[in-house]
Amino acid sequence: MREQKIAYINLSTGEIRKELIPEKMRKMYLGGRGIDVYLLYNHISSGIDPLGPENVLTVSAGLLGGTLAPSSGRCHIGAKSPLTGLIGSSNMGGFFAPELRFAGFDHLVIKGKAERPVYLWIRDGEVQICDAAHLWGKDTSETPAIIRRDHQDEDIKVVGIGVAGENLVRFANVLGGLKNAAGRTGMGCVMGSKKLKAIAARGTQDLAVRYPEEALGCLEHLTGLIRDNMIFQVLSKLGTPMFHADSNQLGRLRNRNLQRNQVPDGESLYADKLEEFSIGMTACFGCPVHCRHRYMVPEGSGQEGYAEGPEWSTLAALGTELDIGRMEAVLIGNNLVNKYGIDSLEFGSMVSWAIELYEKGIIDDEVTGGLKLEWGNEQVMYEMVHKIAKREGLGGILAEGPLRAIEKLGEESRYYNLHCKGMSCLHTDERATPAMALGIATSTRGADHLRSRPGPDAMLLPQETRDSLFGFAVPPKVTSYEGSGKLIRWHELMYAISDALGVCKFQALFMSPSTLSYNEYGKLTRCITGLELSSSEMMEAGERIYTLERMFNNREGAGRKDDTLPERYFVEPTPLGIRSFKDKTIDRERFEQQLDEYYEAHGWDNNGVPKPETLERLGLDKEPSHII
Amino acid sequence: MKILMVDHSKCTGCRLCEVVCSVKKNGAVNPTRARVTVIKWEPICVETPMLCQQCESAPCMVVCPVKALARDEGIGRVTIDYDLCIGCKFCVAACPFGAMGIDPVARKVIKCDLCDGDPTCVKFCETKALQYVDASTVNITKMREAAAKLSELLRKSAA
Repeated sequence: MREQKIAYINLSTGEIRKELIPEKMRKMYLGGRGIDVYLLYNHISSGIDPLGPENVLTVSAGLLGGTLAPSSGRCHIGAKSPLTGLIGSSNMGGFFAPELRFAGFDHLVIKGKAERPVYLWIRDGEVQICDAAHLWGKDTSETPAIIRRDHQDEDIKVVGIGVAGENLVRFANVLGGLKNAAGRTGMGCVMGSKKLKAIAARGTQDLAVRYPEEALGCLEHLTGLIRDNMIFQVLSKLGTPMFHADSNQLGRLRNRNLQRNQVPDGESLYADKLEEFSIGMTACFGCPVHCRHRYMVPEGSGQEGYAEGPEWSTLAALGTELDIGRMEAVLIGNNLVNKYGIDSLEFGSMVSWAIELYEKGIIDDEVTGGLKLEWGNEQVMYEMVHKIAKREGLGGILAEGPLRAIEKLGEESRYYNLHCKGMSCLHTDERATPAMALGIATSTRGADHLRSRPGPDAMLLPQETRDSLFGFAVPPKVTSYEGSGKLIRWHELMYAISDALGVCKFQALFMSPSTLSYNEYGKLTRCITGLELSSSEMMEAGERIYTLERMFNNREGAGRKDDTLPERYFVEPTPLGIRSFKDKTIDRERFEQQLDEYYEAHGWDNNGVPKPETLERLGLDKEPSHII
Repeated sequence: MKILMVDHSKCTGCRLCEVVCSVKKNGAVNPTRARVTVIKWEPICVETPMLCQQCESAPCMVVCPVKALARDEGIGRVTIDYDLCIGCKFCVAACPFGAMGIDPVARKVIKCDLCDGDPTCVKFCETKALQYVDASTVNITKMREAAAKLSELLRKSAA
């Protein structure tokens, strides 16, 4: 573990420097998203242009990446986000991060900008900047195939961008494999701005395990725990689309840009329908759950071939949101956005916004280039993928992301765009679930559930179980306001730890209260790395990571004013759903109270700025400290 | 006698077998030093765990010039006696599956030894793509699955 290095790569000068990671940094930030935010805070100056050479792109493996922790294949990518102007932070599964570690590196810090297209080739301790002229213009599945052929090695792992990243679509993502995407905050756009097409890794080095037999025993126990958990048994079969039916029945789905929160005849997109197209499940590195569907792209689409996915979010973004009910269309669309390297969530939200603007007469045929933007029109969906990726006409405007597209389409369009901090909302409706609404409002990377989504059944647990799990009283109901601040903070820290360890949060409390938590991760960390961290020390590391992300944003001028929700959440009640989800808005006053509670729980002041004593307690009072 | 059976259709490609094998054998994670390898063609999603088949008439044994390779009938495996092995790598060339490998760190030829009758990879294979089963019943599960399919078809054709 201690031999793993950071590589600093300057694409402008070609300079490459390698350094060991000090043990002190491990204890404070672990790895992955933790060390990532330290690097970003220390290497990026405030106010820089996210698309300029002074932006820094980080690619990180977690502390337990590629080891005996279940599902330890997560890769974290960071930079200043071209979408939000705040912290860019995106996490993906697959096989890249372990390969990066086998090649000797845990973190890549990529600065500057190449003159011509390049890719990075990382092989057992060596980093090379290679010409990528022959890769420019290729899609996300062609690129790895060409790199493998060039090096005559089928086992090379690649992460890279598609045409959308090359064209600086602000929500272009980074793909690893066919569907693993570091989807959010526009990291693919930053790669494109640096003319960095891909990063390829191949390694044959040992990753030390401190106590091998004990670590094997620990993993055996944990895989047993996962195997026996009903949630995972279902997830293994249906993948995340398992959430679709439940969400639709309750009335917590977005449909037609939040004009509705339920699709009355939504069954055609339920997980069992996907089963008809799925040809089996596939897994990320070291994962016993295997939640990814494999499928063949439906015939007649002109893109027949093997594909993977879709996740629930994509199913909702390309399906329910746009009022498209045909599974085949979602499968075709999913393959398209992945090939171009576009974040499906952001795509679905921007396009549904445009359709509503067209419906309301706020934009007309002149803006759309004659394209009739209608709900439920599959051709409109496909057409908009091409247009956004190639930045043609309206596609060029939407490719700018919420903040800039609003400026271009005018003040009247503002109300209808659903975003937090400049990143589009998910395709769920949080108006009836105040804790989740608070979570997307406070998320450091803009509207997002993966920063703090409270475990689905946490609210329903008996008091005693909750107390032992969280150590405080959680909101009495899923529709309650009180207690949300603490609940959201707790999950923010937990997921920061998952991302720092490089493990999948689906096996943390994201899915079920009876799975892996600090105790188990502490044991794994000790057995694998020798680092002794108590549960409270781990939690504190999570707090440190989250607080430093907050400091990054504050340094860019963000504050309480940005921890808010789209106006629509406050003024338009949910029209559909079960009784407790119907006729709901977020109450503005109670939302502000939640925010106060949340800041207090974090030790931040009324404007969401960490108090001096909080910084001191977390050892953040001297940042930026420039240790690495 | 038990046999390590591979059902390729059940493999999800997670590579946990490689991880636990390398830790069990070397105390460190390193798939290139594992005795089992999941061969993949990512763009078409073919995932196939490959490891020693413990052949009855093993080509590696035949070509070994110093008789370092032998059959252990108790466990039903082919073993390497490192005291005899001269590291000539004839066995690596002879194995039709590529299952005889070289550990670059230890500078030795390596192969699956069934963990002395308790294969670690099997313990962690969630989908049972790798199974350690009694030789006498090795085909019965498949036979049953095929029979179920067949009888279903027969029922349909009768209806």
